[in-house]
Amino acid sequence: MAEAELRNFTINFGPQHPAAHGVLRLVLELDGEIVERVDPHIGLLHRGTEKLLEYKTYLQGLPYFDRLDYCSPMSMEHAWVLAIEKLVGVDVPRRGQLIRTLMGELTRIMSHLLNVTTFAMDVGALTPPLWGFEEREKLMVFYERTSGARMHAAYFRPGGVHQDLPNELIDDIYDWCDPFLQTVQDLEDLLTGNRIFKQRNADIGVVSLEDAWKWGFSGVMVRGSGAAWDLRRAQPYELYSEMEFDIPVGKHGDCYDRYLVRMEEMIQSARIMKQCCDKLRSADGGGPVSSWNNKVVPPKRGEMKRSMEALIHHFKLYTEGFKVPEGEVYAAIEAPKGEFGVYLVSDGTNRPYRAKIRAPGFAHLAAMDFLNRGHMLADVSAILGSLDIVFGEVDR
Amino acid sequence: MLQEAWTSWLWPLLLMVLQSALVLVLLLVFIAFYLLADRKIWAAVQLRRGPNVVGPFGLFQSFADLLKFVLKEPVIPSGANKGVFLLAPLVTAVLALAAWAVIPFQEGWVIADINVGVLYIFAISSLGVYGIIMGGWSSNSKYPFLGALRSAAQMVSYEVSLGFVIISVLLIVGSLNLSDIVRAQDTPYGALGWYWLPLFPMFVIFFISALAETNRPPFDLPEAESELVAGFAVEYSSTPYLLFMLGEYVAIMGMCSLTAILFMGGWLSPIPFAPFTWVPGVIWFLLKVSLVFFMIAMVKAFVPRYRYDQLMRLGWKVFLPISLAMVVITAAVLHFTGWGA
Repeated sequence: MAEAELRNFTINFGPQHPAAHGVLRLVLELDGEIVERVDPHIGLLHRGTEKLLEYKTYLQGLPYFDRLDYCSPMSMEHAWVLAIEKLVGVDVPRRGQLIRTLMGELTRIMSHLLNVTTFAMDVGALTPPLWGFEEREKLMVFYERTSGARMHAAYFRPGGVHQDLPNELIDDIYDWCDPFLQTVQDLEDLLTGNRIFKQRNADIGVVSLEDAWKWGFSGVMVRGSGAAWDLRRAQPYELYSEMEFDIPVGKHGDCYDRYLVRMEEMIQSARIMKQCCDKLRSADGGGPVSSWNNKVVPPKRGEMKRSMEALIHHFKLYTEGFKVPEGEVYAAIEAPKGEFGVYLVSDGTNRPYRAKIRAPGFAHLAAMDFLNRGHMLADVSAILGSLDIVFGEVDR
Repeated sequence: MLQEAWTSWLWPLLLMVLQSALVLVLLLVFIAFYLLADRKIWAAVQLRRGPNVVGPFGLFQSFADLLKFVLKEPVIPSGANKGVFLLAPLVTAVLALAAWAVIPFQEGWVIADINVGVLYIFAISSLGVYGIIMGGWSSNSKYPFLGALRSAAQMVSYEVSLGFVIISVLLIVGSLNLSDIVRAQDTPYGALGWYWLPLFPMFVIFFISALAETNRPPFDLPEAESELVAGFAVEYSSTPYLLFMLGEYVAIMGMCSLTAILFMGGWLSPIPFAPFTWVPGVIWFLLKVSLVFFMIAMVKAFVPRYRYDQLMRLGWKVFLPISLAMVVITAAVLHFTGWGA
């Protein structure tokens, strides 16, 4: 009798798998429960955003960014408007910058809440998501009160933000911050000290700092491995240079450290939000929320009724859009998931010649293979959860 | 001749069938509400309302679910082994129900008052794993297969420590009859005289092993949602799935009542004097079962899931040595003090 041929057990993890975080398809080669090889197949959510951007005016391209990382829409818009502003050379007034900083941090909490709680779900704890979503819901209401949409806000505009925040909203956001810390504490009580949670995550998916740099990691993935690298500190944009906040850093680079870093970042974000609210309510926080340059920023409605020039500006901006001087620029922000950047090439027309989006999740997902080798099947979902992958930005 | 057959065979048989039918019906009705309680408790921890649409406070939710499952079309995968595939849920459900034959609800309220009750329960619950293995394997699909392998390993591991826990109880009682075990706990000290106190470590091990034995979180690896989607149950739908579900909950209730009998004095009143002893024993029994079930439901609400190797380590390297040592210690104490005899 011929010797039986042994081969590994190959299974399809996704795209309909409950822990696949959207539409990831992992082809796993298993030796029993041990993972021998992970082959991520992506592209199931590819919508051709980068190509679409080339056929839209700069402003029309903006809502596409909401749909990249749909867990942190405003952060995505942020990178796009920063790139445009750099090329056009338009300045954002202080109040606009404060609002952007505020909303950026609010978005970070939204994203981290989603990630941390679903990560807990990936290791089997089903209660944290519902506790976390309670708060996330409040944040989405703030989104709605800010922009009119709970998710796809299209609120950051080249030259500022679309509209001012009402004072009551600023008060409500401020009042939300302190009770939120209690929710974070509750989640910590449930998870951080939990023996099973620790056993499932400590020393799982270890990324050495060297590997992290080599693989182009950013955000929590490097901070969890011990580098205090945060674009908000390293190359401050908006008003982050004025804000007081700490950058939490992990020691071991494992799933548990990444979880802890995210938890602490939420607390720090709440701290920044409070500072923003204080500054918005102070005397020098008043004023316009977007630039007066009507070649880029549309005029106010009332002005259009009185001024012919404003009417013309409005017409031009919403038909042709604004022209961006020839050149190329890279603008990056510290998105909740890491360094999110836009590389923009303009040929001087009203549409980008090329827009390259640098999504942090893409680089992180590439590490799935070496992170999972030798771990067990159950660790795949834990590691995937700790990478914080959202397919909107990975597939673009 | 006929007269003799009637008195010695037919009448007891008829009685037994009627008793069994009564227990079965009552059990299923109780299961329906315990299932709802499970979901409600879980929902409360998660700040949700839980099922609240069908009937007042959602009381009829389980019956609506039953109807839904029964009326759905059973889908049998073309690659599956049809016979085994359909037999598996039956095995699970029937075996889980069969265990109830020896459970005493009150003094004398037991279908089969046999002297090897504990052994019977043990044999039946060990067989229960076959349903899951058969279901997982006959599905001829990858996730169910992994689920079946996991459950085989898991149930075997925890059966061992469960066995040693029961042995230490048996050493004290000196009988395998479940009613005798309850009677042995009837002391003037009430709740303090039950075995949970002297055998506290064993009580904890038993509770945790019971979770593992019934595939409840944190040991729900055979059906781990975030890893195996639904484990052995992936390919099941409609009535076969319902039978798996039912079998699981009947087994959970079985473990709850076993805990109540072995460690919490079965039908005995916790406070052994007048007004409390007037309460029928079956009420006390039900309360104790509910208490254990509440603990099981709470555990589900706030624990993450163990990984496969950690589960094995806990079973073989922690529980087995502890329970083994406790058996020796119990035996030694009984021998040198002469309490047990």
